[in-house]
Amino acid sequence: MEKSFLNKKPNGSPGDGAVVVENIVKHYGSNKETVQALRGVSFEVKKGEMFGIIGPDGAGKTSLFRILTTLLLPDGGSAIVNGHDIVKEYKAIRKEVGYMPGRFSLYQDLTVAENLEFFATIFNTTIEENYDLIKDIYSQIEKFKERRAGKLSGGMKQKLALSCALIHRPVVLFLDEPTTGVDVVSRKEFWDMLKQLKAQGITILVSTPYMDEAGLCDRVALIQNGQLLSVDTPQAIIGQYNRPLLAIKAQQMLRLQNDLKQYEDVEDCYPFGEYHHLVMKAGYREEQLRSFLEQHGHHSAEVCTIQPNIEDCFMALMKN
Amino acid sequence: MKQFLSFVKKEFHHILRDKRTMFILLGMPVMQILIFGFALTNEVKNSRIAVLDNANDIASTAIRSELNASRYFDIAADLHSYRDIEEAFREGKIKLVVVFPQQFNNDLQHFNTAQVQLVADASDPNVATTLVNYATSIIKDYQSRITGDRRLPYTIDTEMRMLYNPQLKGAYNFVPGVMALVLMLVCTMMTAITIVREKEMGTMEVMLVSPVRPLKIIVAKAVPYLLLSMINITTILLLSVFVLDVPINGSLLLLIGESVLFTLTTLSLGLLISSATNSQQTAMFISLTGLFLPTVLLSGFMFPIENMPLPLRIISHLVPARWYYEIARSVMIKGLGLGAIWKETLILAGMTLFFLVLSIRKFKIRLA
Repeated sequence: MEKSFLNKKPNGSPGDGAVVVENIVKHYGSNKETVQALRGVSFEVKKGEMFGIIGPDGAGKTSLFRILTTLLLPDGGSAIVNGHDIVKEYKAIRKEVGYMPGRFSLYQDLTVAENLEFFATIFNTTIEENYDLIKDIYSQIEKFKERRAGKLSGGMKQKLALSCALIHRPVVLFLDEPTTGVDVVSRKEFWDMLKQLKAQGITILVSTPYMDEAGLCDRVALIQNGQLLSVDTPQAIIGQYNRPLLAIKAQQMLRLQNDLKQYEDVEDCYPFGEYHHLVMKAGYREEQLRSFLEQHGHHSAEVCTIQPNIEDCFMALMKN
Repeated sequence: MKQFLSFVKKEFHHILRDKRTMFILLGMPVMQILIFGFALTNEVKNSRIAVLDNANDIASTAIRSELNASRYFDIAADLHSYRDIEEAFREGKIKLVVVFPQQFNNDLQHFNTAQVQLVADASDPNVATTLVNYATSIIKDYQSRITGDRRLPYTIDTEMRMLYNPQLKGAYNFVPGVMALVLMLVCTMMTAITIVREKEMGTMEVMLVSPVRPLKIIVAKAVPYLLLSMINITTILLLSVFVLDVPINGSLLLLIGESVLFTLTTLSLGLLISSATNSQQTAMFISLTGLFLPTVLLSGFMFPIENMPLPLRIISHLVPARWYYEIARSVMIKGLGLGAIWKETLILAGMTLFFLVLSIRKFKIRLA
């Protein structure tokens, strides 16, 4: 099964894929109102890689994670996780992967220590056996050991959930939006923890709606409406961006956006923080743009050329 | 095994840390047995009656005081004319009026026959009949005392014996019924929400992505409830023996064994509901309407199954409580042994196995 499958992918490195996804299709609902969650998604994650699945809410990230963790059956396509077929060999996969769902899914009425111990035993292991793996993470919450999980702060819940997902030393770790709803400092800490886990050789699949986290992954897949827009390293995705990009700021931002959309050399204009990002056609001229702005009364407009980030790439890919 | 024990421990934590659940689990049986035992009996106690005594002689006063002395009646008013009767009923507090004619004692002594009129409020026919029967028997009692052993010619005396429950105590009927009801409610409802709660809380999602087998999850959920039910069975039996004066005529061990069997039936039924549903609300609804009502209505505990139309009688065979009620009554009240109830026992055991196998098969190993 695995062999014939890999033959179809000449550019993949055979046998190296920790996760190999081939044309996965998933839809929900009855015949009348079908929602297409995934429309033929294919990619491959190499062993030991940190792979990011980046896309807005409702893009199909959670469906994909649930299919790969054997919680849902795909309606089409196939996938292999750590050498096992997700449908036929689901039992083997369940022993070998770690999964942290998007929603906090531990027992709120059990204490921190009880949760960890419970998950250790259901994976037939003990905390002591794999303590070295979770030490850095768990030691941060160990002083709240006797506290009920429901009474922890968001960042601490995150650390506990990660500890529980890691306690059986999984080969592949699936993290579904681990940083959603977590403060900036905790988010940064969390990514640092992931880097350390990657250093231990664990393959990590992580999904996030935050584009700025894409740069922290080895490779990313941009997903939108159940389709992958691009799969590559963050640098390569940015490198493919081939249009001039400007950041612009003026007094009346909303009117500025509307006016700019009328300008013929503008391809796209969208708010980005306190600026608008302005995608221009190749060969536009800055003086013309400035006089256009003057004509429309945006006198003190601040314009500068910038380097694109992942979000700009995402916007561009989405437009195509 | 270690995995299993850790599961059971976790379930115990869930139950013991939730004060409301604990209260329902352990408080409800006590409350129910007391409510059913004392308040909801069909015995009539201390009914308020009135007397219209036109005679006011030895005989009428004697009967009057006997009525008052019995635990069924309280004489609340003395009326003075027929017109007062209507008014006494209208006020709604008087359920029965006893009317003695003039010359009551005189008639009794000289003509050997006298009449007493009993006027009852029959807006509740059952109560009216019961009250009239009670009053009649008290009056008869008096009569037989004054006739003494003077034998009257041609009288047929019917002598009744109420077997197993000579005083016709309501509690004899209710205790086995309440045991069935309480075990059904506590075990089924509580286990019905326990798996489905994990689905709602999202913990099932994490647990499924682990090597645990469904059988372990399901059985581990049942264990704490089984132990708690044992406490409940003990409280109910203690309460019924010491508070409601219901004896345990048969073997206590057999009764407890059968109760444990019935608990297992209800637990597996609850687990089946939990495996098959997706929200706590649905599970709750199914266990309440789908189980509580049939248990009350079709187990024979409130309404005799013999009187029901055929379709209902057939459906009643499917109600586990019907069989347990049969068993509990036979063992507790009639004092019968296993020889008399093996059939019911077998049916319950079969149901348990069926529910358990079905709930394991219905257990979803995936999310949808």
